[in-house]
Amino acid sequence: MTMTRKKAIEVVDVAKSFGTFQALKGVSFDIYDNEFFTMLGPSGCGKTTLLRMIAGFESPTSGTIRLHGREIVDLPPHKRRVNTVFQSYALFPHMTLEQNIAFSLENLGWEKQRREARVAQMLDLVHMTQFARRKPAQLSGGQRQRIALARALAPEPEVLLLDEPLSALDLKLRQAMRDELRELQRATGITFVFVTHDQEEALDMSDRICVLGHGEIQHLGTPNEIYEDPENRFVADFIGETNFLDVEVIGVDGNRATVRTPLGQTVTTFHKGAVAGSRATLSLRPEKIGMEDQAASLTDTSLQNGAEVMEGRISARNYMGGYTHYTVDVGGIALRVSRRNATSHSQSFEIGRPVKIGFRHDSARVLTQ
Amino acid sequence: MKPARFHLSDFRIWGLAPAWVVMILTLVIPIVIVIMVSLASRGAYGGFDWGFSPASYIQILFEEDWDGNLAFTPQYLSIIGRTLLLSALTTLICAVLALPAAYTIAQAPGRMKAVLIYLVTLPFWVSMIVRVYAWIIILGNDGVIEKTLRGLGLVADMDSLLFTDGAMLTGLVYSYIPLMILPVFASIEKLDPALIEASHDLYGSRWVTARRVILPLAMPGLMAGAILVFVPSLGAVLEPILLGGGKSMMMGNLIQTQFGGGRNWPFGAAIAVLLMALVMIFLMVNALRAKGAEHV
Repeated sequence: MTMTRKKAIEVVDVAKSFGTFQALKGVSFDIYDNEFFTMLGPSGCGKTTLLRMIAGFESPTSGTIRLHGREIVDLPPHKRRVNTVFQSYALFPHMTLEQNIAFSLENLGWEKQRREARVAQMLDLVHMTQFARRKPAQLSGGQRQRIALARALAPEPEVLLLDEPLSALDLKLRQAMRDELRELQRATGITFVFVTHDQEEALDMSDRICVLGHGEIQHLGTPNEIYEDPENRFVADFIGETNFLDVEVIGVDGNRATVRTPLGQTVTTFHKGAVAGSRATLSLRPEKIGMEDQAASLTDTSLQNGAEVMEGRISARNYMGGYTHYTVDVGGIALRVSRRNATSHSQSFEIGRPVKIGFRHDSARVLTQ
Repeated sequence: MKPARFHLSDFRIWGLAPAWVVMILTLVIPIVIVIMVSLASRGAYGGFDWGFSPASYIQILFEEDWDGNLAFTPQYLSIIGRTLLLSALTTLICAVLALPAAYTIAQAPGRMKAVLIYLVTLPFWVSMIVRVYAWIIILGNDGVIEKTLRGLGLVADMDSLLFTDGAMLTGLVYSYIPLMILPVFASIEKLDPALIEASHDLYGSRWVTARRVILPLAMPGLMAGAILVFVPSLGAVLEPILLGGGKSMMMGNLIQTQFGGGRNWPFGAAIAVLLMALVMIFLMVNALRAKGAEHV
C-alpha cells in the first residue's frame, strides 16, 4: 500500500550511545508523506533520542537520516526544514503570541506582509486570534499547546515533530487535543512524527505506530495490527492489557501453531516465531474472554462455536464504570476478564462466584521472546 | 482574665524594631547631618559654622573671585563628568564581559559550575586594597605588561600605563565584574534550555538566539548587575587613588580631600549629597523601567 508513497524521512541503521549506554541499537524505518507516525515506548526506549536526532539536537553515533532524500545528520537544527512542538512548549516568555509565531518567519526572511498574513492564518487555525497580543504566561495549558503548534507549523515544515505534547495537560483536555491534533494533521497535510509513552494516545491518533523497546524496533504497523497481532511479548504487554500463559508448542503448521496450556487444553491459533517442541507465550486479551454464570446456558458469543470453555471462580473485581475487570481463578491460574457494562443493571459477579469462561482460539496469539 | 494573644502585626512592628534602630542611627541621622553640613558655612579654622547657605552648592559650578563675583568653573564639573562616564563605561564593559562568562558557567556540568562560581567569588576573599594594588605592579613602569612588550621587542620605550583614566577603568571593571556575573548567571541559569533549542529549531542562528532569546531573558540579571556595579563605581575612592595617582579624581576622592586636606566640610558634604542624589535618580529610573517592562 505504501509502495507509491513518497518517503518523508528515512532512518537508516541509526545507533546512538551515551557513554556505555546504548540508547538505540541500529534502527531503520521510513516515514511517509502526509502520515501521522507515532514512536511509542516506555521511558528510556530511545524514542525521544530518535526525535531529537531528526530535529538536529543530537547526532547519531552511526547511521544516517534523510529528509525527502537529502542527508540531514550534518545540518544544524536551524538549517533543517523540520519543526518541533516541545514537551514543555518552550514558548518565548518575553514575546507575545504573534511574535512567537512570527519568529521563525523573520529568521527565514519572509517579508512583513506575507509574515503578518501567515501569523493571522495560524492564529485562526488554532482558534487563538483574539489572544494575539497576549504573552504565554497569560494562557492556559491547552492554549499554550495550540500556540506551540501554530508556531511550529507557521514556517511550513516538511515534517512536524511532536515530543509528548499532551503529557502536561489534564485528562479531559488531552482527549480534546487528540482530536484537534488529528484534525490539524489532516487539514495541513504535513507529516506528523509524534512521540509518546501513552499507548492509548498512539492507538487513537496514528496511521502507523513504531513500538520501540530496549533501543530496538519491537513492532512497526497500524494501530490495529499492533494491538491484535503483536510481534512479540513485549508489544502485547506494552499495548493494552493481556493475560500471558506459559505454553508448550506441540506443532506448527504455516501461520498457525498448536500449543498446550498449563490448564491442559490444546489451542491452535496464529503465531509469531513459534518452533515445535519449544516453549512460548499465549497472549489472551481480557475483553476477548467471555464469562457466564456457571448455571446459565451459554449465550455469550465468546463461549459458542468452538470456544475453549473453562470453569473458574471470581477472585477479584475492579469496577471501572463502563467496564468491570474481573480476576478469575482457573485451576490455580489467575486470568483477567473484562466485561462491558452494556446496561445500567448489567449482571455483576460477586467475588467467590463460580463462573464459566471461554475464548475463541483465533482471538489468542502465540508469541515468542 | 483574658489570655495575652499574639498578633502577627505586633511581631511585624517589634520584630523590625532593631533593624529600624540601626538604620536610623547609622543611616538616617548621618544623612541628615551631611545635608545640614552641606548647607553650613566653612569655618575660619576648618570645620564649619551651622547656618543655611547654598554657597557650597554654588561652588560646584562657580568660583568666587576677590571681588565677590561668580565665574563659571568647569573643574568640579569635569570630575563629576568623569565619574559618571567611568562608572557608565565600567557597567557597560562588565555587562559585555559578564554575559558570555555567565552563559558559559550556566552551561557547565554540575560540579564544574560550582567550581567556576567559586572562582568568580574568590577575589572577595582578598582585601580590596591588595587586589587593586596588584594592578600597580601589572601596569606600572617596569611592570608586567611593559616588560613583556619590551621582551617581545614590540616597543622600545612606552608611556606609563599607570595613572591614566584607562588604568582607573581597568581597576573598576576588575573590582566590580563579579557583581555583574553573579546576577546574570542567576537569570541565565533559570532559562529553560528548551527555549534555546526552540530558537534553533525555528531557524534562529546562534547570533539570533543570543540577541533575541538569551539577552532579553538575561535582562533582569543585567539590570540587577548594573545597579551593583554602577552605584559603587560612582563612589569609588580606592581605584582613583592607587591607579589614577591622584591626578585624575573621581567624586569619592573629591569628597575625601574636602574633608581631609581641603578642610572644606560644607563643600565635601555638598558633593556627597550630589553623589547620593545621582544614585537615587539612577535607582528610580531603573525601578520605573522595571515596572514599565512588567506592563508590556
